Amino acid sequence: MTGARETTSRTRQTGRTTMPRARLFVMAAALTALLAGAAQAKTLRIGLAEDPDLLDPAVARTFVGRIVFASLCDKLFDITPDLKIVPQLAASYQWAPDNKSVTIKLRQGVLFQDGTPLNAEAVKFNIERDLNLKGSNRKSEISAVKGVEVIDDQTVKLDLSSPFSPLLAALTDRAGMMVSPKAAKAEGENFAAHPVCAGPYKFVERVAQDHITVEKFDKYWNKGHIFIDRIEYRTIVDAAVRVANLQAGSLDFMERLQPSDVAAVRNNPNLEVASIPEIGYIGITANIGNGARAASIFGKDPRVRQALSLAIDRKALVQAVYNGEYLPGDQPFSPVSPWFDKNFPVPGPDIAKAKQLLKEAGHSNPTIELMVPTTSDDQQVAQVIQAMAQQAGITIKIKAVEFATSLDREQQGDFEAYQIGWSGRVDPDGNLYTFLACKGNLNYGRYCNPEVDKLLDQARETSDTAARKKLYDEVDAIAQRDLPIIYLYNRKWIYGYTKKLTGFKPYPDGLVRVVDLKLQ
Amino acid sequence: MLAFLVRRLVITIPTIFFVSVLIFGLQQLLPGNPAVVLAGEEQDPAVIAYITHKYHLDKPLPVRYVLWIGDALHGDLGESIRTRQPVSELVLQKLPVTLELGALAFLIALLIGVPAGIVSAVKSGTAVDYGANLFALWGISTPNFWLGIMLILLISVELHWLPASGYVPPGDDLAQNLKTMIMPAFVLGNAVAAVIMRHTRSAMMQVLGADYVRTARAKGLTERAVVLRHSLRNALIPVITLGALEFGQLLSGAVLTEQIFTIPGFGKLIVDAVFNRDFAVVQGVVLVTATLYIFLNICADVAYFLANPRLRS
Repeated sequence: MTGARETTSRTRQTGRTTMPRARLFVMAAALTALLAGAAQAKTLRIGLAEDPDLLDPAVARTFVGRIVFASLCDKLFDITPDLKIVPQLAASYQWAPDNKSVTIKLRQGVLFQDGTPLNAEAVKFNIERDLNLKGSNRKSEISAVKGVEVIDDQTVKLDLSSPFSPLLAALTDRAGMMVSPKAAKAEGENFAAHPVCAGPYKFVERVAQDHITVEKFDKYWNKGHIFIDRIEYRTIVDAAVRVANLQAGSLDFMERLQPSDVAAVRNNPNLEVASIPEIGYIGITANIGNGARAASIFGKDPRVRQALSLAIDRKALVQAVYNGEYLPGDQPFSPVSPWFDKNFPVPGPDIAKAKQLLKEAGHSNPTIELMVPTTSDDQQVAQVIQAMAQQAGITIKIKAVEFATSLDREQQGDFEAYQIGWSGRVDPDGNLYTFLACKGNLNYGRYCNPEVDKLLDQARETSDTAARKKLYDEVDAIAQRDLPIIYLYNRKWIYGYTKKLTGFKPYPDGLVRVVDLKLQ
Repeated sequence: MLAFLVRRLVITIPTIFFVSVLIFGLQQLLPGNPAVVLAGEEQDPAVIAYITHKYHLDKPLPVRYVLWIGDALHGDLGESIRTRQPVSELVLQKLPVTLELGALAFLIALLIGVPAGIVSAVKSGTAVDYGANLFALWGISTPNFWLGIMLILLISVELHWLPASGYVPPGDDLAQNLKTMIMPAFVLGNAVAAVIMRHTRSAMMQVLGADYVRTARAKGLTERAVVLRHSLRNALIPVITLGALEFGQLLSGAVLTEQIFTIPGFGKLIVDAVFNRDFAVVQGVVLVTATLYIFLNICADVAYFLANPRLRS
């Protein structure tokens, strides 16, 4: 600086403009341009339909939390859009011949966002954390794991208490997300406030019920495919407000675009729509064995359930309530899922058969109480079903109950029929076992068929996809007859986003993957 | 005056205590097991048991109340079961946002309501008066959420004049902050503007009919001086009282407006907390709001006391 000052004073004395002064000016201009460029760091603003809960994969429980994790935390495995399992933080895996252990080789050179390496010890730490942390929501997903062995720095072996083929699918979700052991130990219970993982973006800040900001992690293992500097996840609960924000340009991307808003967004020259069928479903659960209310006509006689199912015109239902944007369904898997049982295509309505079944059952005009959450979509669906059922002589009494309350009532068995959905799991076991197995945790209808249990257990013991498909088809055949759940339709994940965003690919699990996204 | 203030403050304590008991008890009436709601989709029994134990949901109601109020008196309002953020931190984060929204709404309400009330009173019985009354009726009748979404569609989506969301604290970027607050403040404020307008109008009309005003006119003062200097001050006394109470109303009316305009304030906090059965948050927020409301009431009384010379002697 002294030199510059001297130069300047010399300039003042002589009145000539000297080179050093011009150079300084050019430098300053260049620096300003550089800073301006940096200040123009691209931020992708994503609108979420709910506020995520704890940002700790071990205890997280919301779907929107998983959307945020898609940028923060890479997993051992991921899925392809057609539900195949591919390695992500893992490089390869090998099941033992008896299917009671799986050896996983890790990708080389992966760093956590605090610079510590991802190695076998870290994987061991994470799996054990998922199993042992108090309040862990992952324990039930990987309870088959009885031990983790470190074979070498880049290889782990998971030992199972019994064969469990859905394990890898569990590791494509939160159970497979690796957090930095150093950060987890340091932060303890507060880890969720400053999560440190191995994903493409690192956590910057969070304002509860407002936004979560993440920024590019420059040492990400796949950084060549990450082009956007920052992502801001904004919570906008009301769907109409969310789409208005997209149309106004306050958001670049939104999830859960309502079917009724699809046309408006499609017609907007600046916006795009993308959609994909989900891995979940909406259905009506019957109370077959949970408490006194299982003694209803609907609960006791499968013919009455079959009659109701036959009375429902699923295609018309989806057309009426969702402008035809969702898929009529009759199984826990959507008709485009590789697990869909083609032996039972989605049936059209058959009022005559429905009436005949009711006659055989000895109840030509039964009354069924249908418990329905109070959201307007669910209410509309129930009303359409009510009208359709009437044609077969079935009277449906709709009981609108607030969602949390309805969960409670379902648990207590205080229902005859309950219209409820399931968000779905990558592995077919996740859509079946918990609802249909006698001891299934969410089997509040208390349906119990030992034959179904046997088939479900067998399907867990083999990792041969073809063999599992056959077993699940057999389960479906029984379920189509017993109808513990009357499956109605499968939703679609519908997204709206600015045309300035390229590279987006929807996945059936509904997550917004950030790899290869580009924002103009 | 001091005795009055002390008396009011002393009554505040049992009032807040009563509110705390009420909100604690009312929440228990909410059906649904909070541990189930908070445990997630899988409803893992181990997780439900853990949440039940950690947040004392297995203890009897009076015990839980004593545990809570004991901590509250030490400034610990518990933590959100959903995000583990301390409730006091949430309150400190969100209350200023709602207060700012309320203040801006109140300012707009005053800027619209008082002049409209004055003009309406002075030109009572004319088309201007009818127009102002119509505006008042519209302001009170229009639902916040409808007006809010209409404004977003027009101003943000069609005209691109203002952003539909994107709140930033005033300290970070005042211009952006005001841009995101103008619409919700107007939506919130227009109903209060209507009420203030009606009250100003009737107070003004009463004052304008007084003897001393007739004297002032007889003395040859301009109409402007009569209205603004001599009448308005007296007419404003009841409006001040009303204003303090209306501000309290604004805090509760903010709930819907915050949802529509994505303002991360108190209202949004409590709505989400109720649906998520996040007890500690609901209790903490209601307690703080009730305390604030009581405080505003006291302020209204003091303001009235100060504004009205007759009470001071």
